[in-house]
Parts: sequence; C-alpha cells; structure tokens
Amino acid sequence: MKIVVPVKRVIDFNVRVRVKPDQTGVEFANVKMSMNPFDEIAVEEAVRLKEAGKADEVIAVSVGVKKAEDTLRTALAMGADKAILIEATDDVETDIEPLAVAKLLKAVVEAEDAGLVICGKQAIDNDVNGTGQMLAALLGWSQGTFANTLKVEDGKAEVTREVDGGLQIVSVKLPAVITTDLRLNEPRYASLPNIMKAKKKPLEVKSASDFGVDVTPRLSVVSVNEPPARKAGVIVGSPAELADKLKNEAGVL
Amino acid sequence: MDTPERESMDYDVVIVGAGPAGLSAAIRLKQLGGDDLSVCVLEKGAEVGAHILSGAVLDPSGLDALIPDWREKGAPITTEVKEDKFLVLSEKGKMGLPTFLMPPLMSNHGAYIVSMGNVCRWLAEQAEALGVEIFPGMAASALVMGEDGGLKGVVAGEFGLSKDGTPGPNYEPGINLIGKYVLIGEGARGSLAKQLIANFGLAADSDPQKFGLGIKEIWRVKPENHHPGRVVHTMGWPLNTGDAGGGGFLYHAENNEVYVGLVVHLDYKNPYVSPYQEMQRYKHHPEIAKVLEGGERVAYGARTIAQGGWQALPKVIFPGGALIGCSAGLVNVPRIKGNHNAMHSGMAAAEAVTEAIKAGRSGDELAVYAQKLADGPVGRDLKPVRNVKPLWSRFGEIAGVALAGFDMWCANLFKFNPFGTLHHLKNDAQSTGKAADYKKIDYPKPDGVLSFDRSTNVAFSGTNHDEDEPTHLKLTDPLIPIAVNLPEYDEPAQRYCPAGVYEVIEGEDGKPRFQINGQNCVHCKACDIKDPSQNITWTVPQGGSGPTYPNM
Repeated sequence: MKIVVPVKRVIDFNVRVRVKPDQTGVEFANVKMSMNPFDEIAVEEAVRLKEAGKADEVIAVSVGVKKAEDTLRTALAMGADKAILIEATDDVETDIEPLAVAKLLKAVVEAEDAGLVICGKQAIDNDVNGTGQMLAALLGWSQGTFANTLKVEDGKAEVTREVDGGLQIVSVKLPAVITTDLRLNEPRYASLPNIMKAKKKPLEVKSASDFGVDVTPRLSVVSVNEPPARKAGVIVGSPAELADKLKNEAGVL
Repeated sequence: MDTPERESMDYDVVIVGAGPAGLSAAIRLKQLGGDDLSVCVLEKGAEVGAHILSGAVLDPSGLDALIPDWREKGAPITTEVKEDKFLVLSEKGKMGLPTFLMPPLMSNHGAYIVSMGNVCRWLAEQAEALGVEIFPGMAASALVMGEDGGLKGVVAGEFGLSKDGTPGPNYEPGINLIGKYVLIGEGARGSLAKQLIANFGLAADSDPQKFGLGIKEIWRVKPENHHPGRVVHTMGWPLNTGDAGGGGFLYHAENNEVYVGLVVHLDYKNPYVSPYQEMQRYKHHPEIAKVLEGGERVAYGARTIAQGGWQALPKVIFPGGALIGCSAGLVNVPRIKGNHNAMHSGMAAAEAVTEAIKAGRSGDELAVYAQKLADGPVGRDLKPVRNVKPLWSRFGEIAGVALAGFDMWCANLFKFNPFGTLHHLKNDAQSTGKAADYKKIDYPKPDGVLSFDRSTNVAFSGTNHDEDEPTHLKLTDPLIPIAVNLPEYDEPAQRYCPAGVYEVIEGEDGKPRFQINGQNCVHCKACDIKDPSQNITWTVPQGGSGPTYPNM
C-alpha cells in the first residue's frame, strides 16, 4: 500500500507573525518557513506504518511555491520515499485554497494508486481545517479526522478521534483519509545522515496546470488585523473591591 | 554517561558556523579547490541567518575580495551610507562631533547598511551553488580529538536527550564529522573555541579577551522619520553615568526599517548595571525617540562581540584546525565593524587549507593562515587601533576616547602609536565590583511604547528550546549563585542576561533559589563571560533551537 502525505510550507511556529501595514495580509519578508507541525505528525505516522510493514511507500506532496521543495526534503529526511512538488503559484503570499489543493491531491492519489492519505488536521497559517475532508469527499473515501491513535489492520483503520468532551473510536474501511491531531505521535528528528540521503531521493516537480486544476482563489481577503493589544491589569486590594470592579466596571456580574 | 556509538563521515574541511567567516571560508575553498575539495558547514540555527545578529554597517572590502561581482549577483547589500553622524549624548541633549576631528579610519564612506542575517543567507546560496554542503539546525556539540592530540572533527546533530541528559525516545546520537582540517567560526565566545583555547593554551601569550554585549531591535518607523542610508553612532548617555562603557547606533536601513542598538562593554564594575535596561532607556533619548515614535518594534535580539583587538587575539592555529572570525576576535572597536575581518579571516584560512591539502598534508598547524592574518588586511586593520579599548577602559569615556583619538590620528598620520601597545589588565568577569561598593541603579519602568520589559521583548526574538532537553547552561558548582554571587555581587546574572534567563526567586522554604530559564536563551554568551565566579558554562543546545532572527 502506498501512503500519500500532503505537507504545507508555512511560517515557522516560533515566528511572531506580523500584519502588513496595509492590512492585506501578513509579513513574509525575512520570515523563517517550516513544515506545518500537524503535517510533520502525518509524515511520522506514515513512516511508522511503513517501518511496521503496513505500507510499502510514503509519498510526500506539497502544493505551493518552488521553495516548498525544502519542506519536501524535510519529509524525505524523516523517511518519506519520494516527493512531488506541485507548483501552483510563484507568490509566497498566495494561499492555495483547500478545494484546489484537494483536487490536486485527488489527481496524485489516483495516479499513484495510493490506499491511504494521512494529512495534518489543519495548517497553522490559515487554520481552515478542510483539505482532508474535501479530499475524502472528492475521492469518495472514508475519513477519520483528528486522530490521536491510528491502527491499520485487515483493510481497516481504527481511529481514536479527539472530539469535544473526550475520545471517540471509529473504524473506517480503507482506502481512507486520516487527519492528524497533536497527540498522535512525536515526530522524529531528521538526522544528519538522513538529511544527506534525502538530497538523493526522487523529487518530481509538476505544475497545477499539468492536472488541469484551476487554483485561482475563490475567497477574497477583505482585511487582516492584529488582535487588540491587551490592556494592563490592576491589582485589587480586597475581594470586595474585586466584586465591585467586576460588577460596575467590567459588567460581568 | 557512555559515549554513544556514532557513525563517522569524512570531509576535507569541516566548518563550524555559517556566519560571515565560515561561509567565506567555504566559498573560498570551493573557488580554489572545486570538486576536489569536499566542504561542509554546520549551523546550530534552524536556518542560516537565524542566529546572526550584527549592526551592521558593512565595509565591503571582504566581499569585494571574495565575490567581486556581488552587485550583479544580487547580494542584499543596497543601502549605501549617505550620512554619517557621531553624537555625544547627555540625558536630554547632544553634541555632534565634527567630521574633521574624526580619525579617517572611522569614516563609513563607501560602506553599506545591511542585515548580516540576510547577507549570510545570500552567502549560503553562493556557497551551495559551488557545491558546499550546509547543514542548518545541526549543532556541533563536542570535539573529536585524534590520538596524536590534534583536532580531528566534531560531533554534530545529537538530538533528543531528556532532561536528565539520558537518551529520550526520539534520541539521535548524531555523527562524527571528520575533516583534514576543522575551521571554528562560532562567533564570540564559541563553546568549542573556548575548549580549544584552553586545551591548546592558545591564549597563553595574549591579553585577556574583552567583550561587549550588543542589544538590538529592528523598528519599522513612519516614512517621514526614515532616511535610508543615515548612520548615527552615539556615545555618552545613558552609559556615561559612570557605570559602563559602550555606545549606541541607529541605522536607517531599507523598507522603513531602522536598526537601533546599544553595545555595553562587559568590563563594567557596578554589578547593578543592566545592559538591557540601559538599552531600553537609550531609546527614550530625544534624538532616538524622535525617529522611533509612531513606529513599531518588529524584532529583538542580543549577542556578545569580542572587543579585545590585536593584543587579545589568541594563537589562531592548532593541530588540525584554526579559529576564524569572532571565535578569534577580529572586531575593530573604533570602526565598530568586524564582518569584513571575519570574511578576510575565513578566506585566509581557506587559502592556507587548500595549499596544505594540495601538498598532501592534514591535521597539522596552518602556519600560513596565522601569517596571512597578521600581515594581511586583518592585521593592517586591527594593529593601528589597538590602544583604543585599553585607553577607554583605563581613563573612562571622555579622557580615554580623546586619548584614543590622538593615538589613532598619530597612527594615521605618522604610522606609529604614541602609547606603544597598551595591555588589557583584567578579563570582564574580574572587572566586576562588589555590590557593597556600588549603588543600585534606579531604571525607569518600560512604557510599553518605546521601551518594553525583557520577557515581552524576548518574544520578538523567536526563541524556542525543546521543553525536554537538558539545560545547556551548566553550573560548575550549583551552590555558588546563592552562596557567593548573591551576597557579594547581588547575583548580576539577573541583570546582565538580556533574555531574563537567570532569576533569584524565593524557594518554598523561604530562602532564595537560583532559577535558570534556559528556554529563553538567545545564545549571546554574556553569562559565560561576565559571571564573576566564572561558574556558568554556555554549552550548545540541540540544533535548531535558540532564536529565529529575521533580518538581524
């Protein structure tokens, strides 16, 4: 069985994201980019399945700018066997929307005859949480989202899902799309020898038009704003004063 | 702990640190040796540039020698210095120093305002195009010594140790990278360089190295306050209140960005000095505030620089390798520049290495490099200004700097220094005075507009360390901070650290306790330098951790 793992190049989670002065988006200049952390978890899970003999090949796919090659090299260093870059834009600020990504992934999944897709539940840049679900719908496959445990056995996947108020265990038929939650695993470090080997692994470059998919955004961004700055707190002298302030100043009592 | 089994990999040259020195060495090696020389560069930052912090006004002489057509190749060096101001500040006022009084070597004519982080990213691209293998996120954490006692290589890429130092579930032992020669370009007070200097006695015949702590912020300012190409250097307030030496800078870079910073000499005596707070109040000076007002602080960081100059330069060669850039200590203090020398030193080392390898040598001393450093552009740059820092330390700011100016003018006009060579008497740790002899400094509270508290600012350095990794700040004796440093020096670590790593807090038993918040560390190395008991050793944490500087 082949596993397809989509990976997205996003602003690194350690970077303090800033809104551009003209409020059209966020600042990308001089900003460190990395693999979406949920996608790292997806790569790790796929590689573990391969190591456990449950899969034959792990294919990492990224849709975006040419530089997403670096993100794919990271996936290869973690243990993916080959990578496919689908160049869909040359502007780092253009976010390819989930439906377009799902259509492109569908084409890859079909061309590779994959039996499982493991993807991050959402990307930390736009937080849409939609690509996995849309892909499952387009493929007509089962889906198991927000996985914190994944067992693959006898043509089925048992997925423990993190849902509001607890855990839900579902069993889905393969082929399926699984989306990863934070606690599914702890991704490995890419070791130096594996980074060196990754440079020699195959990386195919395609373009969105090769698949006949229109990636023009359907949404338009009206404006992007910073969250309001937090106001300084006050230290109250007594419980009575606190109650008074909550009632009369904050109006929450 | 047992030494884990590690794979080994051989290169002709292993370079530690993808800064201006290391990358220049790598590029020069490939220019001279081509495909016959295998070269790798290790960088502990998550990407090249992530740990680079520099002013910076770049004298392009190093780059001119390395890549003469850098302009055509799209180097991010475009803001030529147009205006060069030198101000002596009082608390509210200023006095401009007329240009004709300034020794010519201090002129910034022909220099550029740059982000060295971006320059290094560009240099890395040039190096990779030549076939250099660069590994960001890979820290060189230990030396590999040969049986003959020389340096053979370094351990790189060890990941996943747990808090107690034992291998965790995702442990990667890393590998031994072995080179015919190993070049150490870790910057000021590198952790491997420190061991090499001690092991080989490299500093036996040189003065103690002196350091400054540079604290820098990038501000995006209102377009009407922005004058690309304007360079302002300041002396005086806030540091002339008698407690520390140093100076400030304000560089108008591109895209409405201004680089503002303060370098505080770490030989200050008053243990109550807080370089961080000095920097914060510096921004409130009318000359600085008028530029920043209405702007926004977009990045923060700090790094020490080596300021000892020619007298403090250790022996730069040892069997199997060499120190390059600020690992040796090549900053020209009055010119406030070191990047050009870092590049020259990298090139000189590369030339010596290529010659040695072509002659079939390996693992020996690169005498040619030491010679080139002394006789070449680096020696010519550093020797004439060698007395500036000692005069400054001895006679204080006004008299010391005036004498230094006289010394530099003589060097310029008559090619001789009237003071001969003055020596540095103490290292920075020894310079620290006792708390009882000094007054506490009452620093103003940050206003949240121009000045900020430390933890807020550290968030703008993008700093992160793995929660589970062992602390990389090692105390030789864990009792000293509370038993010695607190009563005698009011534990200055609480103040000299620009990232708030060290705190003295009340323990559960009501007694003071020393806490190390290693996760905040911005890798400046001030603690390793300034701790009066020399009890803190900065070791390299797991690769990829530390700050994630943008265009610092």
